[in-house]
Amino acid sequence: MGTDTDHKKFQELEAMIDGLALAGKDTEGRRAVLIQVLHKAQELFGYLPEEVQKFVAGKLALHLSEVYGVVSFYHLFKTKRSGKYCIEFCMGTACYVRGATKLIEQAEQALGVKLGETTPDGRFTLGQLRCVGACSLAPVIQIAGKTFGRVTAEQLPGILAEFK
Amino acid sequence: MSRLATRYDLTALARKLAAGPGAGAPPVQVFVGMSTCGLASGAGAVYEAMAKALAARKLANVTLVKAGCVGLCYAEPTVEVQVAGQPIVTLGNVTPERGEELVAELAAGGKIAGAISEGDAIFKKQVRIALRHCGRLDPEKVEDYLRDGGYQTLAKALFDQKPEELIQTMKDSGLRGRGGAGFPTGLKWEAARKAANTPKYIVCNADEGDPGAFMDRSVLEGDPHCVLEAMALAGYAIGARFGYIYCRAEYPLAVKRLEIAIGQARQLGLLGANILGSGFDFDIEVKLGAGAFVCGEETSLIHSIEGKRGEPTVKPPFPAESGLWGKSTTVNNVETLACVVPILEKGAAWFRGIGTPKCPGTKVFALAGDVKNVGLAEVPMGITIHEVLEEIGGGSRDGKPIKAVQTGGPSGGCIPASKFDTPIEYETLASLGSIMGSGGLIVMGADTSMVKIAHFYLQFTCDESCGKCTPCRVGNKRLLEILDRLLKGEGKPEDLEKLQELGNVIKDTALCGLGQTSPNPVLSTLHWFRGEYEECLKKGPKAVTYRIVAEKCVGCRACAKVCPVSCIDGKLKKPHVIRQEECIHCGACFSACKFDAIVRE
Amino acid sequence: MPLVNITIDGIRMQVPQDSTILEAARKANIKIPTLCHLELHNRETVNRVASCRICVVEIPGRRNLAPACATKVAPNMEIRTCTPRVLTARRTNMQLLLSNHPKDCLNCYASGNCELQDLANQMHTDTNRYEGTSSEFAIETSNQSIVRDLNKCIRCRRCETACNEMQTVGVLSGVGRGFDMVVGPALHKPLAETQCVFCGQCVKVCPTGALMGKSHIEEVWKAIADPEKVVIVQTAPAVRAALGEEFGLEPGHSVTKKMVTALRRLGFDHVFDTNFGADLTIVEEATEFIHRLQHGGRLPMLTSCCPAWVKFFEHQFQDLLDVPSSCKSPQQMFGAIAKTYWAQKMQIDPAKIVVVSVMPCLSKKYEASRGELSASGHQDVDFVLSTREMGRMLKEAGLDFLSLPDGEFDHPLGYSTGGADIFAVSGGVLEAALRMAAEVITGQELENVDFEEVRGLRGLRHAHVEIAGKTVNVAIACGLGNARKLLEEVRAGKSEYHLIEIMACPGGCIGGGGQPFVDSKKEPEVIAKRAAAIYAEDAGKEIRSSHKNPYIQELYQEFLGEAYGEKAHQLLHTHYTGREKL
Repeated sequence: MGTDTDHKKFQELEAMIDGLALAGKDTEGRRAVLIQVLHKAQELFGYLPEEVQKFVAGKLALHLSEVYGVVSFYHLFKTKRSGKYCIEFCMGTACYVRGATKLIEQAEQALGVKLGETTPDGRFTLGQLRCVGACSLAPVIQIAGKTFGRVTAEQLPGILAEFK
Repeated sequence: MSRLATRYDLTALARKLAAGPGAGAPPVQVFVGMSTCGLASGAGAVYEAMAKALAARKLANVTLVKAGCVGLCYAEPTVEVQVAGQPIVTLGNVTPERGEELVAELAAGGKIAGAISEGDAIFKKQVRIALRHCGRLDPEKVEDYLRDGGYQTLAKALFDQKPEELIQTMKDSGLRGRGGAGFPTGLKWEAARKAANTPKYIVCNADEGDPGAFMDRSVLEGDPHCVLEAMALAGYAIGARFGYIYCRAEYPLAVKRLEIAIGQARQLGLLGANILGSGFDFDIEVKLGAGAFVCGEETSLIHSIEGKRGEPTVKPPFPAESGLWGKSTTVNNVETLACVVPILEKGAAWFRGIGTPKCPGTKVFALAGDVKNVGLAEVPMGITIHEVLEEIGGGSRDGKPIKAVQTGGPSGGCIPASKFDTPIEYETLASLGSIMGSGGLIVMGADTSMVKIAHFYLQFTCDESCGKCTPCRVGNKRLLEILDRLLKGEGKPEDLEKLQELGNVIKDTALCGLGQTSPNPVLSTLHWFRGEYEECLKKGPKAVTYRIVAEKCVGCRACAKVCPVSCIDGKLKKPHVIRQEECIHCGACFSACKFDAIVRE
Repeated sequence: MPLVNITIDGIRMQVPQDSTILEAARKANIKIPTLCHLELHNRETVNRVASCRICVVEIPGRRNLAPACATKVAPNMEIRTCTPRVLTARRTNMQLLLSNHPKDCLNCYASGNCELQDLANQMHTDTNRYEGTSSEFAIETSNQSIVRDLNKCIRCRRCETACNEMQTVGVLSGVGRGFDMVVGPALHKPLAETQCVFCGQCVKVCPTGALMGKSHIEEVWKAIADPEKVVIVQTAPAVRAALGEEFGLEPGHSVTKKMVTALRRLGFDHVFDTNFGADLTIVEEATEFIHRLQHGGRLPMLTSCCPAWVKFFEHQFQDLLDVPSSCKSPQQMFGAIAKTYWAQKMQIDPAKIVVVSVMPCLSKKYEASRGELSASGHQDVDFVLSTREMGRMLKEAGLDFLSLPDGEFDHPLGYSTGGADIFAVSGGVLEAALRMAAEVITGQELENVDFEEVRGLRGLRHAHVEIAGKTVNVAIACGLGNARKLLEEVRAGKSEYHLIEIMACPGGCIGGGGQPFVDSKKEPEVIAKRAAAIYAEDAGKEIRSSHKNPYIQELYQEFLGEAYGEKAHQLLHTHYTGREKL
């Protein structure tokens, strides 16, 4: 934290919060935007480190404990820095039955990190997703917003190679 | 497009759109299914190829539509062709090349080859109410929705009907909440109408979380305006001026299409202040979830909209009495709302004519698992499980008898084949130890381990429990641990009794719907498939094992290809080996082997 | 409130229609066990999370069991509280809680004061039925006041309710989810790095040993045993009104004289009284108030005796640091005087003096450790024992407390007036200050020193007091949530008050976080009885106004000089530090 790019990100986050016209709103009104602000913050920073949580708490005049309570409740909010790309494995029933676990193991071996971890070069983070509802395509992987269906062990290296 | 100041502006616009361009020649509409599944399967490329081919051939009478999903997920990407006056034909597994050929066929005016037609069983048994527009219009074009009579029901209600009349129609229709619990929608609206706790809110529950259920996504991606119109109608009926759509963040395309639709509706004055000059104000905001299954429970969902941890609270008070910020709040799920406009348009009697007396109307099921035709099917209530599986689903993939179906996701249970003649209704499924739930219907093949299935769902529940109440937080963890040791072959004699007792207490005392239904997968499999649990106790998990006899194996890779967990190793033309610790004992390899090289022990 | 007819276990009765089943059952003398449920202080705050699922009851016709604490009665409702279904459910949920709870009760500080233990005993249940993995947390011992052992947490969320709703301190929240969900500060920070004020209300409501006061017992035993040290003890006014409860005495009995004997028996070299510090505080604080009143100083003036309150405004009202009085608390004034004036008088090296306080409070432990409170060159106060720890030490020493003979405090630091006694009760500091201020301003002796209008136990009170023809507007808050309301007014410039007294705990120090544990339902009643004992103590004193304490007068003559003067400032006043608001 503290670099120029971070400074810009904080400015952008501040502008987003200021755009919500919270002046004069009570605690309830400010709390109501918390999740959307956190989504924006995560979009900007890639994760929600302490400084960002404090910044959000300060801007929304909420207790940090409350912000952290929310961050730690929802699976999509991450408090650890993620890689440039998140490889996310759908863990719905269909994907499970069609071998998602096996694919995860393969990716873990290929990248040398465990689920939830980031590669040392910061390129990939392995994660899992709740059912994305594309069950006919099981097993499904999402990387950087792109969905890959019916992924096989043979295809995985090729898919990873797409993301540099 | 400019704001519609009166209902007559709306009618005029609809008429103008219906007249349409290119009238004269028989208009042909080609729908490319471009929901999440379709796009991931390559529908984008198909669309591009067809658009190019159409432009090249200058076929003015053909309209190419970026449509939602028609529900034939097993056949994505799908393309549907409607020549005016003729039945729709559907093509599955379309490649860009096939798309180009199709354009050529259309230009030639010939018959389209290799198609599924409306008369096939997969469509014949279906009655499309909630999914009426899915796959048949461009969800990003409000014109398509308006052309089909969109927002006319709202206009009629605002000018010609009293809120009480709408509520009466909804009550008479017998529509019950499609999110799973089956509470009568009309009664919900009536309670909210009577509530004094203003301002009131209407909330669309689009936090579709059951793994394997995706009908709500399909509606939101395929027909967002129908949800908006229904919410406005609900708002008018109960006296709410604001609505929220709480959508899970895992559905970015649905969110995008909703935002587009809301923007269009606002621009047209179909949302916002003084809709069509009626004096009724109503607006909608999309709120995103952040990855919490429990937020599908209405009190949790409300807390999440409020910006809090999505923990449920005790009901009563019900949201209709005290919901968002303590105000009267009506929570309806997407599929429920998708039925509202047709009901108000065609009347309660029409709706009651479909389905059963206790459960009028239809239900969308997401068919998945070991069944040929994976996809979405909207069927009348009262249809038997058998009909859904065999006639729409096309039976099991390997032709063997289906062992069980799982309905209701992690909250539901497994129903054995012996009960497949049960007509589908909320109460009948409940009496079998399952629930209707949001409509996931997972088919279990003959070789599925029911203990493992119970374990899978329970693992899900444990991951998704909010942790607030004791029975769900600790009880489910303990259930899971018992299943863990049963599967490891370390079960104790008293474990089955413990599963039963603990499961009952969790059902009886958990705080919210998630917890109260969480033991269902265990209890129902324990009830119907107790033998498999006893087997685990007796022999441990490897009650059935599969082994490749090296002498017989020719190394054809047939087994490795069908293995769902890819646990068969071996080079081509060399004997293969099953990695036993990963084997799920499904038997797929056993069926696939043509050389009797795999033995079941 | 309209009444409805209900039947509980066959007993027909009428109850107000907004009653919960639990309340109705109580009226029928049916005891439904509860664990997470908590009613705090005349129902201003109720923990109705209904999460433990112990209080479930059966309602024929209802699909599942209903939590009695959170389910309202309905007309003609039938309720069954002890069917086999109900008992199995309660027992199972209890077993589940115990399956993720250490069972080494003998090593637990809360043993004997543990609601979970009591309930397990009552149910007589197989505590090992559902064994399995358990949560693992490091025990937090890094602050002076509170020990957090989340391994013992049953997620009742009472602490969260007390911290956020009642005190509005906002340190605690549910963290994480599922089996790993727990209650804690943001980012799992230790309390010392948060805006926790150590009021100890969370400790008071914790049904297990997950939150405990940090014990200074060992250190005190060691100091007493050290022949090099002169160990003196001071006891806060509120302790004497509650210590007896640790020995089974009904609330409301003052045990001042037995306490003095007991402390002497434990081996303290001199048994003094924080009351002396309280009288001294009044002289300084009332003088400061008169000074502000007559010289156009900052008004309102806020009292500053309560360390939790001080830390609260340092975090949450950094812009108002000049509003509170600069007076140290009685505990710290006592320590400062003991290590200077008394040390000189006794010709003892202050380095050898160990000041031990017995306090109704956990925040006093934190206060004693604040670096700036060391005017003599040594920390004013060395160790702080809570009332509960005092009881424990006396039991450990084998003293038959209730049959001890009476004893008297040592002089000079053990003599006090009635004005000091009432520090223990909400409104007391303000009343004591008014007793002095009125006499100083008017130059006349008060006929009646009882300012009844400022007494009471409600969380937020105000009164108008006539002094020399002028109206002095005063307000009193106990509980930090109530204090916040007064502070918001001050911040907005809308406060009409001249003097405000604030105590962090309900009822003031008598309801402090270090006092004997009380069943929360009975707490208001117990606090009222303790208050009555304190006012009786005050009424029984020969001198009622602090500034008339002859030993205080001697202190000024011999040592301090002028009240609110230079030396007094150096030893008895302090400054505040703005702290991060998280």
